[in-house]
This record gives sequence, C-alpha cells and structure tokens, in this order.
Amino acid sequence: MDQIIRDNTEKHEFLVHRSVFSDKEILARERAEIFNKCWLFIGHETEIPELGDYKRKKVGGRNLLFVHSQDGEIRALYNTCPHRGALVCRENEGNSRVFRCFYHAWSFKNDGELVGMPGKDGFPEDFNDEGTKNMKAVNRIENYRGFMFVNFDENAISLDEYLGNAKEYIDLVVDQSENGLEALGGVQEYSVRANWKLLAENSVDLYHGMPTHKTYFDIKQAQDPNLKRVKLEGKGIELDNGHGVIEYVAPWGRPVAQWTPIWDEKFKADMEEMKVKLADRFGEERADRIANYNRNIVIFPNLVINDIMAVTARTFYPTSPGYMEVSGYSLAPKGENEKHRLARNNNFLEFLGPGGFATPDDNEALELCQEAYNNNQEVEWNDISKGMVRGEGNALATDEVQMRNFWRQYNTRIQESLEKEAALK
Amino acid sequence: MTVTTVTRQDVVDFLYREAKILDEWQLNEWAALFTDDATYTVPPLGDPNADATKSLYYVHDNRARLQERAERLLKKEAHVEYPHSTTTRNVHNIIVSNLDSDVITVECNFTTHRTKREVVDTFIGRNEYEIVLENNGFAIKSKKVILNLDSLRPHGKISLIL
Repeated sequence: MDQIIRDNTEKHEFLVHRSVFSDKEILARERAEIFNKCWLFIGHETEIPELGDYKRKKVGGRNLLFVHSQDGEIRALYNTCPHRGALVCRENEGNSRVFRCFYHAWSFKNDGELVGMPGKDGFPEDFNDEGTKNMKAVNRIENYRGFMFVNFDENAISLDEYLGNAKEYIDLVVDQSENGLEALGGVQEYSVRANWKLLAENSVDLYHGMPTHKTYFDIKQAQDPNLKRVKLEGKGIELDNGHGVIEYVAPWGRPVAQWTPIWDEKFKADMEEMKVKLADRFGEERADRIANYNRNIVIFPNLVINDIMAVTARTFYPTSPGYMEVSGYSLAPKGENEKHRLARNNNFLEFLGPGGFATPDDNEALELCQEAYNNNQEVEWNDISKGMVRGEGNALATDEVQMRNFWRQYNTRIQESLEKEAALK
Repeated sequence: MTVTTVTRQDVVDFLYREAKILDEWQLNEWAALFTDDATYTVPPLGDPNADATKSLYYVHDNRARLQERAERLLKKEAHVEYPHSTTTRNVHNIIVSNLDSDVITVECNFTTHRTKREVVDTFIGRNEYEIVLENNGFAIKSKKVILNLDSLRPHGKISLIL
C-alpha cells in the first residue's frame, strides 16, 4: 500500500484504504502517532466533585485514576504501584484520602505521594527524595469548560490551542446551561466489534440517518401526526486539527429547548421561558442556535460530543483492529429540575445507548463493515466523497466534509510516520 | 384463577411462558403481558436502585415505549435484529413472595444467550417483577432487569428484550 488516502479534489473523489481498519501494524502506528500524542478525553470534572473523589478510567490503553486530590487539583495518576507494579486502586469509584496497594501495603496520598510502607528500616533514608516512589501522575491534564483531557506527550501544544475553533461548538453545548453541565451517573461501558475510526465517522454522519434509523423516525412520526416529512438540514463544517461538526435541524425534541409530543404539554411554556432566558444571555440569534440546532462534534481522534435529543459524550479505544471499547456519557445542565431531567433521559434512551432504538443499529452497521473488510485484498477503498462537488465550504450536514477532515488529519499523522520510516530504510 | 387460588407453580409457569414467547419472537404477545401502567427497566450496572434523575438507565420504558420497542424489533429495518438472532432464555432460582396480596413480587435469576453471525453473547442477572391479576390471568406491572455484568463488553448492546 503506497497511500492510505486518495484525496482527488479535481475528480471530487475521496478514498480511504480499507487496510486502516484491519491492519495490526496500522494500529501500532496509531498508538504511537495518535493516542500517544493527541489530547484524549478522560472524563468530566463533575464526575469527581468532592475532595477525595476518584474514578478509574481507561485512557489510551492506560489504567488511570482520575482523582480530586486533597489540595484541590484534579489529577490523573497512573494506577500502578511504583514498587512492583500492581494496580493500586481496585474499586471503580469512591472517595478516599489514601490509596493502598495490597501487595506490600505501600500507601499513597490521593495526590500520589508515598506516605507509608512496612519495613522502612530496610530502605535508605533518602529512598524517595526524588519522588520516584510516588504514584506517577500524567504530566499534562487540562480542562475546557468541564471536559478534562490528558496528553501523554509532554511537549504537546496546549489543549486550548489543540481544540482551536472547535471550542465555539463546545461553547454552544455548554452555554445551554447557566450553571454548566454535569455528568450523570451510569456511564455506559460497551463495545463494538469494529474498528474505532468507524465510530468517529458514524457519530458525525447524518447521511445514514434515514436508512439506518428508519424505525426511530417511524416512531417519531407515529407520536406526532404533524410530522409528515423528516427534515435533517444544516451544514457540515471542517474544524482545526481534524475536528469536525455537523449543525442542523431535526424533528426530535431538545431538552433545551424544543418541545416534542412525548413530553408533558406543560413543558411547552417552560421551553419558551428557557429560550427567553437564552436570548437575554446571548441575543436572539445565538439563543436560536443553542436551542433549536443540533450539533454532532468529533474532537480528533476519539471524543464525540453530540448535542442532539440529549447531550452525550462518547470516547472509544481499540484493543485490536476489529474491536473497540466505548464509554458513553450523558451530560445535562447542573441543577436541572427533576421533571425536565426525566424528560431529557427519556429522550436520550429513545435513540441513544446500548438499549436505545438507534445506537444498536449503528453498532450493527459498523460490525457489518468490519466483517466485510475480510474482502480488503480485492476490494480496497472506502468512498467518502459526498459533497465534494459542492466545495468544502458549502457542505450540507448530510455531506462528508467533517469526515474527510478527520481523515486528512489522520493521514498527516500516519503517512508522515510511514514516510519517515521509509526514508530511514 | 382468583387471588385465593394462585399457586407458586402458576407464577413459575407464567415466567416460563414469557421466556418462551420472547425466544419465539412473539413480541406483540410479550407486550400484551403488561398492564396499562407497566414499566420495563434495565438500571445502570452495579446500581440497581439508581435514581433515574441522577443516573442513566439502559432502558427506562413506560407502557407506550415498551410497545414501541416490541413493534420496532419486528420490523425488517430494526437492522441489529434482522435477521432475528437466536435466543435461549433460562429462568431459575425463582422466589415468589406475597402470593396472597394484590401485587405478587417475584425475583429470579436469568441467563439469556443470544447468537448471531456465529457469535454467542450471554446476558446474566436477576429479574424483579411485580405481577397482578387481571382478566383472570397474570399481568406484569413492572419488570426490572438487573444485569450482573461489569460492562456490556463484549455484548455491546441490549438489542434484545431481556
């Protein structure tokens, strides 16, 4: 394989070589060039609101401990004992000032500092003077409006710079709440037997909406006799550093703030009130955008923030070319009243998540792609050309510019590394 | 069948019947087992009594939603279950309580195997039911499916009715 991407703007054709979904060497290269170098979502700050709160997280193949240390800092500790390596914290979540490795009973403060070990007289006095016996923390951890990211590359650009103009879209999501967003409990930990990049594509793919999710739209039409035609209309936009977004109108309800017939009639007035408040804060135009427009955002490589019938964030990692582990979050305004919260969750679960009426069909589509990549040797290329004829600045939400942008970034990182290696040979 | 004549065996037979009609994909018949105010829920893993305003359930169906769920899964466009997967449901360790009251409560363990495209996924857990007498038969007022799993890996989805 010479190229992994064929980007032919004259012919309006964009192709991705299918080996990127099935090749183990490509996965090793992704680990080195992408997961070891890009900003990766670890969690939302509200998951660990109190001092001592912690949660175990798998990020970029590492076992991390996402912890609100006693000094008020949020840290990501590598969950491994500096002594012999055992996983120090075995509970999935909780609150503790101290973590103790059960193997030889070394104890650590919740900022990672070693504070106790049996048989201290067997070690020199300056044993931990350089801090090498503390639990190690990920050096780079940064926060953008509650979304927390880590980077395993100490020399990486700042998160702020990395997100670039994607921040505008994250702002539109967060600004729906006056008090910020919070993560609900019950993060959905599931999997797909497919390559991880297929979910990055799928999460910002509106073209598949009608054919793949017909049963969902059938249900929406049955609930709402006025819904004669399902309209999914808007723009596809390429953002900095491989990020992308689609912004569009859709017939489902939005908890902030577009009423839908499965909700109480009384919510109509509440939603009008929400819109007035948004307009007071941001003006009519931005308020309309926040309340009535949907946004599916992909932050390269593997964070999706979808502000649709509810707000979900999902992140996903490969364990092999054909298998990914997904973590799905629900985010909602802090302090949202209970009736609205239930209505929101009701809307979420109708479409989203492993038990929803749509996500399992996405999962199936991805798995069928993966299964059929057994034919890669003879059928080599995926097509991602939709909308190129319109020009990348004029893309519709049902076009594919946001995916091409992902793939161009991917290509830069992977192809450069392939070429460097070839030059050395 | 009246309140005074209901036996444990009647309840057990009812659970077996539910499992059988689900295995046979008679999903409208399954939905018909529920009362008009029924609920069907799958709480988050490890938190069976989670507050639904603070935690996200996997499934939190009211009667209308469970009907939609059943009807959707019978359509060819419910892609994840087309062609239908093959399922084998086992129900065991059945504990029936309050046989002589208006609402009979049942706890049981379940094992549901799903096979499709030569992959078998096994769902294990515990069901909690509230069952009432209606039209000379049983009707389910609530069914809570408590999955005893660490995660939905490698299953990836709850596309079946559990």
